[in-house]
Amino acid sequence: MAELPNRQEQVSLDTFLRGLWQENPVFVMLLGMCPVLAVTNSAINALAMGLASTFVLVASNSLISLLRNFIPKQVRIATYIIIIATFVTMVDYAIQAISLELYNALGAFIQLIVVNCMILGRAEAYASKQRLWPTIINGLGIGAGFTFALLCLGVVREILGAGELFGFALFGDSFQPWVVMILPPGGFFVLGAWLLIFAWFRQRREQAQARVEEQQQETVYER
Amino acid sequence: MAEGGLTTDLRSSPHLKQATTVEDIMRNVVYALLPVCAWAIYAFGLSVLLLLVTTTLVCIASEALFCRLANRPSTIGDWSIVITGLLLALTLPPGFPLWMAAVAAFVAVGLGKALFGGLGYNVMNPALVGRAFVQAAFPVAITTWTPPFLPGRFSELIPSTLTLPFTKPEPVVDWIEQNRIDAFTGATPLALQKFEQITTPVADLLTGTIAGSAGETSALIILLGGIYLAARKMLDWRIPVGVLLGAVLVSLPMWLLDAGRYPDPLFVLLSGGLMLGAVFMASDMVGSPVTPSGVWIYALFIGALTVIIRLFGGLTEGVMYAILLGNVISPLISRVTQPRIFGEEGKR
Amino acid sequence: MSQADNLAPPPVETTPSFNMLRTLGLVATISGLLVVLSFRVTEPMIEQNKREAIERALFRLVPDAVSRRDFIASDNRIQPAGEGIDGEKLYAGYGQDGKLKGIALEAAAPGYQDVIRILYAYDPYCQCIRGFEVLKMAETPGIGDKIIKDPAFLMNFEALQARPNADGSGLEQAIVPVKHGTKTQPWQIDAISGATISSNAIARMLNDKSQLMSPLIQRNLALLENGA
Repeated sequence: MAELPNRQEQVSLDTFLRGLWQENPVFVMLLGMCPVLAVTNSAINALAMGLASTFVLVASNSLISLLRNFIPKQVRIATYIIIIATFVTMVDYAIQAISLELYNALGAFIQLIVVNCMILGRAEAYASKQRLWPTIINGLGIGAGFTFALLCLGVVREILGAGELFGFALFGDSFQPWVVMILPPGGFFVLGAWLLIFAWFRQRREQAQARVEEQQQETVYER
Repeated sequence: MAEGGLTTDLRSSPHLKQATTVEDIMRNVVYALLPVCAWAIYAFGLSVLLLLVTTTLVCIASEALFCRLANRPSTIGDWSIVITGLLLALTLPPGFPLWMAAVAAFVAVGLGKALFGGLGYNVMNPALVGRAFVQAAFPVAITTWTPPFLPGRFSELIPSTLTLPFTKPEPVVDWIEQNRIDAFTGATPLALQKFEQITTPVADLLTGTIAGSAGETSALIILLGGIYLAARKMLDWRIPVGVLLGAVLVSLPMWLLDAGRYPDPLFVLLSGGLMLGAVFMASDMVGSPVTPSGVWIYALFIGALTVIIRLFGGLTEGVMYAILLGNVISPLISRVTQPRIFGEEGKR
Repeated sequence: MSQADNLAPPPVETTPSFNMLRTLGLVATISGLLVVLSFRVTEPMIEQNKREAIERALFRLVPDAVSRRDFIASDNRIQPAGEGIDGEKLYAGYGQDGKLKGIALEAAAPGYQDVIRILYAYDPYCQCIRGFEVLKMAETPGIGDKIIKDPAFLMNFEALQARPNADGSGLEQAIVPVKHGTKTQPWQIDAISGATISSNAIARMLNDKSQLMSPLIQRNLALLENGA
């Protein structure tokens, strides 16, 4: 979060894409680790959690953005929490209405979206300063990045831990599941592995960029 | 225990006069382990030989790989990785599928050692990290025991040994029945004691004519290896003694209280992996505290915790988790038991 | 976030309390409206989901049943479920002919990792337990979750005896787990070797519940039979 937008942002493709990669809430900002580790034991849980969080993020940040000139600074956190909690409650009911099985699988983590620092962080850093439209786009991007990260974990953990993907058996009966992967330690292992991969990619890109800049400088000198 | 080589070490006193290098110590530990390995192969046959070879080779290969990735000089030459490989194999069931053993070896080196920065920096005993991982990943395979001294053990493998990678091992129940006339329940002495209050005779525990992990079956040979190392001052004798003492201190009162339910201390000492853990794993120099009083606390803690897990926990054997926990708290123990520097004022 | 705070000058102007109250009040009102609205919309769906979940489990447990009625057990008596009556729920399943086919009850006990909650079927005519469905558990996959897969273990519940004793104060024979392969009596549960804790949890919850409910059901059998 090196560059906090303090001015009104013009909506561009970057407003959305930033959340997916450059400011990915999980792999770059390491926010909202609790659901990331806890509910990614299967791809469907990860997807549901990601979508629920995205909905809460976009809805609550939109409302905050609309009310941004109306909320006194002293009570802003309280206001944000009330708004976030409202949408979490709605999601909670909605998931119960869609599928009780899913609701049981996600457990208390639906309610705990309230304290997901990713959402409060976006409210404070972005929605409280920006107009509605960029807030929605940015929220969608961050939400998509969060969902993507959760899916990354959920897919790996479900394939290794159960030999299934979205509940469909992939390998047949003789596959030996790695039980540890669907247990909590597996979450840490897989998250660590993904962070390693992402950090490696970032490092390589930065090195490449540095090389390019160096060459450019050299060409300048040559002139 | 930094890597050797042509560097000048400036050290403050006390200057210990020990003419041993890391390689020397590690090589001698391997010597002490060899009889244990030999007995394991003799008792369980070819499968254990393959298991030992697999874990050792995978450990060496992983070590080489991680050294390359980290742009460090290779540390294969210091023997420590061979110990990790051998110890890992000795803690696994004899018929453990080789591909799972390879996973365990890779995790042991990667997660247990390389990630922390290599030899000397690992917080926990790498072999036990590997075993803990497969214990959690493959809970069924790691509790499938086979009997020792089967007649055909040198000509055929336990069927689960050569399981194809990523597939489930074959159940060995039928195979055991084919090979044995008398009933073998597949239970270790610890499980027999815990669930059925059947205490295995001490003589069997000493010589290793029992089911169990490949290397934990003969307490006697392990003890001899430990005495050899301690005599050559390559092993802090306080650690094994402390671990065993800690185990006795907890199990004795329990046994006196209710001898029908709790095992006698001698059984506690000789059964399961306690002896192997006390002599070869808890005594790992990297994972144990540096102060003399700290070593006692650490060892007693491991011994006591092992027995507590065995008697009151859901598992039959607790020595692995006890040592891992001991490793984790040993920096703290070192810090708390730091001797006062001469001239410093005492804390009030 | 701290960056933004640092950039801001120290607050000199103070917001009047009225503004704060106004905002909080308004936000709370919006929030309340939204919550009530979504509750109203989803409530019937949630109720239906819960009902279906229980019915699915009941009809699986009591295969002959086609309809059900709920009863509540409280203060040592059983009465039809209705508004304002709290207590232990019983789900009675009735067949095509309107006859009572079986009763499903909930039971729970701590397993290896977390509480295991089950719904089990009690047959008042053979005075035995005829199977169970796990509602919620967190047992280790591959070990503890054998309690719903292991065929030998499920055989225990073909007809597990849960007969009340003569004076109706409990079971004639307590339901007990025994080591794998040593079951000799109809009230024993042949435990899964290697998953002893989960097996024992099932045995314990069935025993605890049956000690209480079996006699009660037998005493109130007429009421339950006339339920449909």
